[in-house]
Amino acid sequence: MSEKASFRIHVNGEGRDVLVRSADTLLYTLRDQLGLTGAKPGCENGDCGACTVLVDGWPTKSCMMLAVEADGRSITTIEGLTDSPVQKAFLEHWGFQCGYCTSGFIMNGHALTEIHPDASDPLVENWLQSNICRCTGYQEIKEAIKSVLAKTES
Amino acid sequence: MIPFDFEYYKPASCKEAVSLFLELHDRGKQPLYYSGGTEIITMARLNQVYTEAVVDIKGIPECNVLEQQGEQLVFGGAITLAQIEESGMFPLLAKACHHIADHTSRCKITLGGNICGNIMYREAVLPALLTDSEVVIAGEDGLRQVSIHEVFDQQLQVKKGEFLVQLITEKRFADQPFFCEKKTKLDKIDYPLLTLAALKVDDQIRVALSGVCAFPFRQAAIERYLNHRESPAAERVDNALRQLPAPVLDDLLGSSGYRRFVLRNTLFDALEALEGAET
Repeated sequence: MSEKASFRIHVNGEGRDVLVRSADTLLYTLRDQLGLTGAKPGCENGDCGACTVLVDGWPTKSCMMLAVEADGRSITTIEGLTDSPVQKAFLEHWGFQCGYCTSGFIMNGHALTEIHPDASDPLVENWLQSNICRCTGYQEIKEAIKSVLAKTES
Repeated sequence: MIPFDFEYYKPASCKEAVSLFLELHDRGKQPLYYSGGTEIITMARLNQVYTEAVVDIKGIPECNVLEQQGEQLVFGGAITLAQIEESGMFPLLAKACHHIADHTSRCKITLGGNICGNIMYREAVLPALLTDSEVVIAGEDGLRQVSIHEVFDQQLQVKKGEFLVQLITEKRFADQPFFCEKKTKLDKIDYPLLTLAALKVDDQIRVALSGVCAFPFRQAAIERYLNHRESPAAERVDNALRQLPAPVLDDLLGSSGYRRFVLRNTLFDALEALEGAET
């Protein structure tokens, strides 16, 4: 594929046509072409996790993925989550303050509860270390995710 | 945003990838093989790497193998570090991968990318060095399978157009006692002060290190002194420390003196874990 090309990207259960440079990241393709601004640009260096989306169900930092790599993959953004137990738990446990990191944390937490519904404490911490909250709401975020895991277990 | 354009190719075979790479090279495109791509994207964004074409190896079936084949464990170069962790096939490799970056990043970083990247730590190679693993390299003449020791000297030594297709490890090593620790200065998620991987095979301890010098290594002299059981542990460790192959790193992550201090203690931890040595 040379400089600019169009292809169909599968986001939140539907096919969407995009026209991208090969060098465009998935983050900006989602935001600027598809209007899916729930994935937030933060460090754009793979450090903060604010841009986390799911690729075939696994958390991925969309600033670290080229849009062209999404061809043939299933992408889920925060806009595609409806009634995820993790979203509700964030509300109940005050898992956010300014809210900028929240969508990334929720995407990561949602993937964790789906892939490892029996996740241990060390596993939860291991996954959550992928995201940074500058308001330092870590304890509440962890409690929110653990509450979902506890419900799954019971 | 990456401030320059490049072409993107996703070949379906090793042969196609190599010929495409060489053709792009001949056309002056400065091609790069692309797997997880995290290092290329990060460095390109900062203008620290430049290319006019990338060749993505994730569409090549051999690069996506993750399975036991007879008495061998086969890891494709495009397998992510998270997949290796989840597979549970090789606990030492899983632990070494677990220490690299953060979990979400490990869902993107691949085995081949970590071993062949520019970032000097390349921790995923440590278990390969300890287990005398073999690697499959694709090149102009097809595929060749060679010992990691033949092609890894500070970094993977390959010719223009060649790339890592697979890592092959004997399954028997997956059951051996091991020790693998990454030490950082402050945060859990950071580049390492050092990573020490050790494996006990036939009652002998093997050790490989990353972050101590400017490249990962396994040094026979270090192992010889560490396995000199007639001597006290402190003497074994101090003698081993004199066998480092290059100056100890001295940078913002840690001074050389601090790194030596941490390495010494970590070597004691490894001995204690693998043989219960008195320290």
